[in-house]
Amino acid sequence: MLIAAGSAEVALAFVEIGAVTLGLAVLARFAGWLGLTAVPFYLIAGLGLGEGGISQLEDSIEFIEIASELGVLLLLFTLGLEYSESELRSGLRTGIRPGTLDMLLNALPGVALGLLLGWEPLAAVLLGGVTWISSSGVVSKVLSDLGRLGYRETPAILNLLVIEDLAMAIYLPTVAALIVGGSLSSTVVSVLIALTTVSVILLAALRFGGKLSDLVVGGGNEALMLMVFGITVLVAGLAQQLEVSGAIGAFLVGLALKGEAAERLLRLFEPLRDLFAAFFFLYFSFQIDPGDLLGVAVPAIGLALFTATTKVITGWYAAGRIGAAPRGRLRAGTALIARGEFSIVIAALGASLIDGPELGAVAAGYVLLTAIIGPVLTKFYDRIPVPARLAARPSPAPAPTSP
Amino acid sequence: MASMADVRETKLPGVGVRHEFTTDDGEHVGVLVHRDGRRELLVYDRDDPDACRWMLSMSVADTRTIGELLGASRVTEEVDAVVRQEIEGLSIEWMEMPEGSPAAGRTIGDGEYRTKTGASIVAVIRGDKTIPAPGPDQAMYEGDVIVAVGTNEGLVRVREILRT
Repeated sequence: MLIAAGSAEVALAFVEIGAVTLGLAVLARFAGWLGLTAVPFYLIAGLGLGEGGISQLEDSIEFIEIASELGVLLLLFTLGLEYSESELRSGLRTGIRPGTLDMLLNALPGVALGLLLGWEPLAAVLLGGVTWISSSGVVSKVLSDLGRLGYRETPAILNLLVIEDLAMAIYLPTVAALIVGGSLSSTVVSVLIALTTVSVILLAALRFGGKLSDLVVGGGNEALMLMVFGITVLVAGLAQQLEVSGAIGAFLVGLALKGEAAERLLRLFEPLRDLFAAFFFLYFSFQIDPGDLLGVAVPAIGLALFTATTKVITGWYAAGRIGAAPRGRLRAGTALIARGEFSIVIAALGASLIDGPELGAVAAGYVLLTAIIGPVLTKFYDRIPVPARLAARPSPAPAPTSP
Repeated sequence: MASMADVRETKLPGVGVRHEFTTDDGEHVGVLVHRDGRRELLVYDRDDPDACRWMLSMSVADTRTIGELLGASRVTEEVDAVVRQEIEGLSIEWMEMPEGSPAAGRTIGDGEYRTKTGASIVAVIRGDKTIPAPGPDQAMYEGDVIVAVGTNEGLVRVREILRT
């Protein structure tokens, strides 16, 4: 029997994987009991089990590494699945201005801190990405748990998330190409190749997405899942070979699928994504030494507080544009504070940089803080003191809504 | 038949579509249609106009029950089926046959609506009776509400034909 051959090692690996997964399950349950996302708890678990932690995994690390890579692909794939083409268009139409403000207010502080810490510019740009992107996963879960999906400011929040995710389709391949580096001209060429690849896949996704959906949706659930998993990983692999981030390849595949296919796939892939994404967060913080995390505590806390404020301003502005009143605008602002999966994906890109370890530590501490502060403030937004001058100011006239 | 309130529609990316309107009493009311067909009935707060004072979550079956109880017509469901496909550029419109309309008393076939406008008449509502999927020999009268599907330009032309 083939499997029995290496049985001692396999047995150890199974024990480790099983124990780790059980641990994650307990954490997920605890997070659910607190009403928070499990991401920060996974990160803490990874700190304890990884480099410099209380114990280290030996036999299962290779599996967890591959699982974590698949986790990123599935995170972005399901994110792409959630948006329909018409939503993207209406999001783009209404969201450019708030999206630009969002980028300026939230990415620049990260870049500035990176430079202040004396990092290489590319690491600083990655930190800007970490602080820029709110966590779609956390934000939509919090809104749905608090029963606020029907609130009138909610479209402003969701549209901003769409814009951020789309901006990532440009940002991620660009920085991925920059990280590969080389001479100036070869870097320019690889950035151009990356952006061209993304545009080609994006156009193909929008143009032939319907056909692809019809093609895959034919068989039963088993065939559907295997086929789409295959396509996603294949496209991601090809994208990776062209030095475009594989995650963006997966995102674009998700975007291409629509209608009935997208709905069934979302249900099929959610459990898979949750399993593999848990390994991704775990593996990310494996590589962080808890000692390093303490070393960057001050900048991480400062950054979290500062960019929590800038997100509130962003949400305040975006919700005001669609005619929300002060309380609604404050709710929109607090809802956006949480950073999560995307920030970690971005920080993980920089692992190979000289300042990569420090970037990873700041990002982990930062996500830990914002993913906890965000949902708590969102829930108790009405206890936040708002200057009377702002609270009394009438909101601008409601923007005309499309028929 | 009393005219319908002005319903505004807002897309919620990743969630669904929200429709809202203001009742005759000035209450702000919304219906959030989730992608999976679940619906939430929302009543907004007068003090905090963006928040919901009251909310009811309904499964697809609940929605049907409430719809029946409120006296919605079957046409809504059929229309829903058209709208759910979200065909780009296709709209649906309810229009009342105006008094003195030249089209009154004539059949759908006589009007040659599809040939002239590209839009199709998918239902005729007469009082509390609904005639779904009417054939070309279906006659229409003053006061009927005509439900048509087509492009925006097509629907404008249907309205013109009914009026002049």
